[in-house]
Amino acid sequence: MTVAGAVTLPNDRTYSRLLAELALADPRFVVLTAENRAAIRDLPDKLGDRFIDVGICEQTMIGMAAGFALRGRIPVVHALATFLTLRAFEFIRDDVGIAGLPVKLIGGVPGFLSEANGPTHQAIDDLAVMRAIPGMQIFCPADESDLLAGLPAILTSPAPTYVRFNASQSRLQHAPFALGQAELLSEGHDLGVLAAGLLVPYVKEACDRLRDEGISSRLVNLRMIAPIDEEAIVETARRCRVVVVVEDHLLVGGVYQLVCEVLVRRGLSVPVLPFGLDGRWFRPALLADVLDHEGFSVAKLIERLRRAHRSRTGLRSSEVVDVHFEPLSSVSNGRSTP
Amino acid sequence: MTDFAEAERIARRVRAHAIRMATGGGCFLGASLSCADILVYLYTHVLRTSPSRREDPTRDYLLLPKGHDVPALYGTLAELGYFPPARLSNHLSTDDHLYWHPNRAIPGVEFHSGSLGHLLSVGMGIALEAKISGGPSRVFVVVGDGELNEGSVWEAALVASAKRLDNLVLIVDRNGFQANVATESLIPLEPLADKLAAFGFAVAEIDGHHFPSLEEAFAVVPRRSGSPTAIVAQTVRNKGLPSIEGRAERWFVNLSPAEVQMLLQELEGSSAATLTSEPLVVR
Repeated sequence: MTVAGAVTLPNDRTYSRLLAELALADPRFVVLTAENRAAIRDLPDKLGDRFIDVGICEQTMIGMAAGFALRGRIPVVHALATFLTLRAFEFIRDDVGIAGLPVKLIGGVPGFLSEANGPTHQAIDDLAVMRAIPGMQIFCPADESDLLAGLPAILTSPAPTYVRFNASQSRLQHAPFALGQAELLSEGHDLGVLAAGLLVPYVKEACDRLRDEGISSRLVNLRMIAPIDEEAIVETARRCRVVVVVEDHLLVGGVYQLVCEVLVRRGLSVPVLPFGLDGRWFRPALLADVLDHEGFSVAKLIERLRRAHRSRTGLRSSEVVDVHFEPLSSVSNGRSTP
Repeated sequence: MTDFAEAERIARRVRAHAIRMATGGGCFLGASLSCADILVYLYTHVLRTSPSRREDPTRDYLLLPKGHDVPALYGTLAELGYFPPARLSNHLSTDDHLYWHPNRAIPGVEFHSGSLGHLLSVGMGIALEAKISGGPSRVFVVVGDGELNEGSVWEAALVASAKRLDNLVLIVDRNGFQANVATESLIPLEPLADKLAAFGFAVAEIDGHHFPSLEEAFAVVPRRSGSPTAIVAQTVRNKGLPSIEGRAERWFVNLSPAEVQMLLQELEGSSAATLTSEPLVVR
């Protein structure tokens, strides 16, 4: 596991600029998109015929990416995370996964980042389906600087890789990136907190504030979901008597279940609390409102983490269960009310 | 005039290989025999590739997305020296990789398939890469007509035309069948050539068992500069075995050893065989 605080990037770095830089230095890179240029607007001019827009054809894009990879190229493909991982799933599984080709799948607006789009756009099952493909790497950056820290290693590794794209701004200072390694953001012993993606900076702030109350958290950024840093998970469970997993993903097939699998396989028995989406879509709204409504704003996270901490200091085990903030009336049928 | 005697002899041997693979578990004989002449013609007269050029980036590519017809591909590759024909006796053995769909463990197979409607887009990636890198490679993708039910084929066709992939050739093995039913009785494809033309392909319709017609079809690629080519090859399921030619239920067959011998004799011109083995019917 790497330790935070060692790397600072120049402020003008963006995903698009770094990708252009890498692609211009290495002719193997080609950039494809299914008519989604939000993160790569300046690349057509820079890359010329190595920038390919196939239109709204996610399946064709993945098939073509496999063809490019068969010819020795490294395709970096872009689409919204739901359409990429679900509509084109079988193409990813068959043409990229079975062949083990170095195609880099960049999924836009995953999880809560789809904001007010509604359930069709909510990639909250993307980790579940990508995890199911043998050999697929999964990179889940916490913010833009995490994304940029990992990008060179991710793009040049020989494995197919899903990137849960997240270029959110945050004040976190990240550790150097290493494939398959988590990042330790703070050390502590009262609570173990394992988080992935967009929510990491919010959890960091919540943990910092709780530290002022005398509750110390060991916070780990699970930058990569596959391969997973098992030792980071095991060590967190050993040091802290309660582990909390924070993710903007369904519990099914997500980080929570992954952590539980690791701990069970390694014979560790500690309470593991899920802060995620338990069998329902989230309420569509602007991001800040989504976070508040779903219980992931800093204020809500502080409350929930405080409750988790109380559970380790003598409350009955039945009170360990985390409380969801969605009113029961709207979750009873497994769907958000419109 | 070109002498096709050698190609015809190879095609007959490829059919014999496919028949011998149709036992001990069986294979999709119907599609194997409908596309056998197309594959043999392409490998002997069109494709700029060979066993020694398997890693050559300037080679032509052949992709077989429908996959069921892979016995014909295995047989063709074995006949042309990609691997010894004796290896074909490993069909369906866990000691080898000669199973019901193509895969890259078999020398000469460019890419695996199985799920329909994938390899036109994979072929397009190869074709576009060749264009970008200035290479001479051409890509030949042999699809089944039943496979044309898949929307991903038509999505890819739109893009192939938009990207002006004139080094791409789509060949439809038009044997008229889905699994156990005629294409026109389930999801009609006609007028197929017009549809492909409307999608921007330069189209020819030919007899897929007639070598002079195949020669004419592939004499000039592309048929129109800036456009992908489509060849609709009219073929017959189980071609070469009159007793089961065009039979809806003889899609996948699993023959007894005696039936294998009867069909091998029928292939050489003996009287028609009578099969008693159970047909595989999925519909």
